[in-house]
Amino acid sequence: MRIAVLAVQGAFEEHEKVLWELGVESIQLRKASDLNKEFDGLILPGGESTVQGKLLRELSMLQPIRSRIQDGIPVLATCAGLILLAEHIAGDDTVHLGTLPVTVRRNAYGRQLGSFHYANGYFQGIGSFPMEFIRAPYVESVSDDVNILATVEDHIVGVQYKNQLAVAFHPELSGDYRIHEYFL
Amino acid sequence: MNRQYELNKELAQMLKGGVIMDVTTPEQAKIAEAAGACAVMALERIPADIRAAGGVSRMSDPKMICGIQKAVSIPVMAKCRIGHFVEAQLLEAIDIDYIDESEVLTPADDSYHIDKTKFRVPFVCGAKDLGEALRRIKEGASMIRTKGEAGTGDIVHAVHHMRMMNRAIAAISAMREDELFDEAKRLGVPYDLVQYVHDNKRLPVVNFAAGGVATPADAALMMQLGAEGVFVGSGIFKSGNPQKRANAIVKAVANYTDASMIAELSKDLGEAMVGIHIGETNV
Repeated sequence: MRIAVLAVQGAFEEHEKVLWELGVESIQLRKASDLNKEFDGLILPGGESTVQGKLLRELSMLQPIRSRIQDGIPVLATCAGLILLAEHIAGDDTVHLGTLPVTVRRNAYGRQLGSFHYANGYFQGIGSFPMEFIRAPYVESVSDDVNILATVEDHIVGVQYKNQLAVAFHPELSGDYRIHEYFL
Repeated sequence: MNRQYELNKELAQMLKGGVIMDVTTPEQAKIAEAAGACAVMALERIPADIRAAGGVSRMSDPKMICGIQKAVSIPVMAKCRIGHFVEAQLLEAIDIDYIDESEVLTPADDSYHIDKTKFRVPFVCGAKDLGEALRRIKEGASMIRTKGEAGTGDIVHAVHHMRMMNRAIAAISAMREDELFDEAKRLGVPYDLVQYVHDNKRLPVVNFAAGGVATPADAALMMQLGAEGVFVGSGIFKSGNPQKRANAIVKAVANYTDASMIAELSKDLGEAMVGIHIGETNV
């Protein structure tokens, strides 16, 4: 198995490290030609979604990645990755990949002083999970066929829709690999 | 270590592979965001103008910083003077995302840096070498950048500082454990931080390049030397075509080993900032 990690900006090395620890090969996607390599799954890491979205567009990677997701390749998206996947961003007309039928709110908890650690999050199918929220988004609403996997204080922070698994927090920073294992 | 410090280090991790741009107005901030900046540094005068104007340079007007916070959705950083913990308190009070305790402004204290462990807000600090970086980290910095020479468009100092840091990290990584005690004493830093560097072959926090980046090639040079991202100060809004140059630097950082892409990006960027070779200035 080989997992591709979007590596145009953000905390992609942290995901690669988790994959390495789990004995899974990974490759970086930095430009369109990297998409010609073979891979069985895709990780969209944290970072700044405005930067990642812009680079996906300008490096001609947006449409090919969207097609791969629509064709069913498994995706794990964290934080900014969730924003890239969302069909709608609250208060913003921008749509990046738009393959996940949810509405997401960016910087939903405010600026850095609103960032927080939630020690006892609950993730469906996994159980208790430590969650790091960094200038994090949350999901405001979902379409009926989206499965809600985690909520924190009444806000949706983890969802699954077909082949797409998306969370508002950072499992790659928690030292707990169970969400990655669940994805794999 | 407290939880907030961990969150602050992690915000820096999210900025990696990105470009942080100096801006002086909400309009410039919007240009920077549209060009792909992962954060902006709000300041009244960019370093090149601070150098030219002389005099005392202080924290920016909070009103101007708040204007920039309203204009963009990406993190907003701002600078306070070295040792000026009240300026830092004010920046924390206006909910800034990161404070740069910066040598670009006139120092407010000739002996002491701010005790950054007393703050919830994150700090980035400049360093010329490993000892300086680890001292700032012990004081509570959650991100480090090279000092370079801000406002010059001359990359030589940033390169020198990055190489000094890399060389020291490589040396410590190769040491026997019983040599680390003396190394900690020599650097004037706590043993636990030296041990971290020895075990992990890197700084305990994210390390960006800053001070003199003017071209896409400069940015890629710093990335190939091991920087995890780049600050660009005067280099963008002191150049002929800020938007195009900012765009090109962002892409060059994302693909810093792809020479043919960077060559393409470097075409027709207009005039680079007028460099000041540091040997010719007395700042």
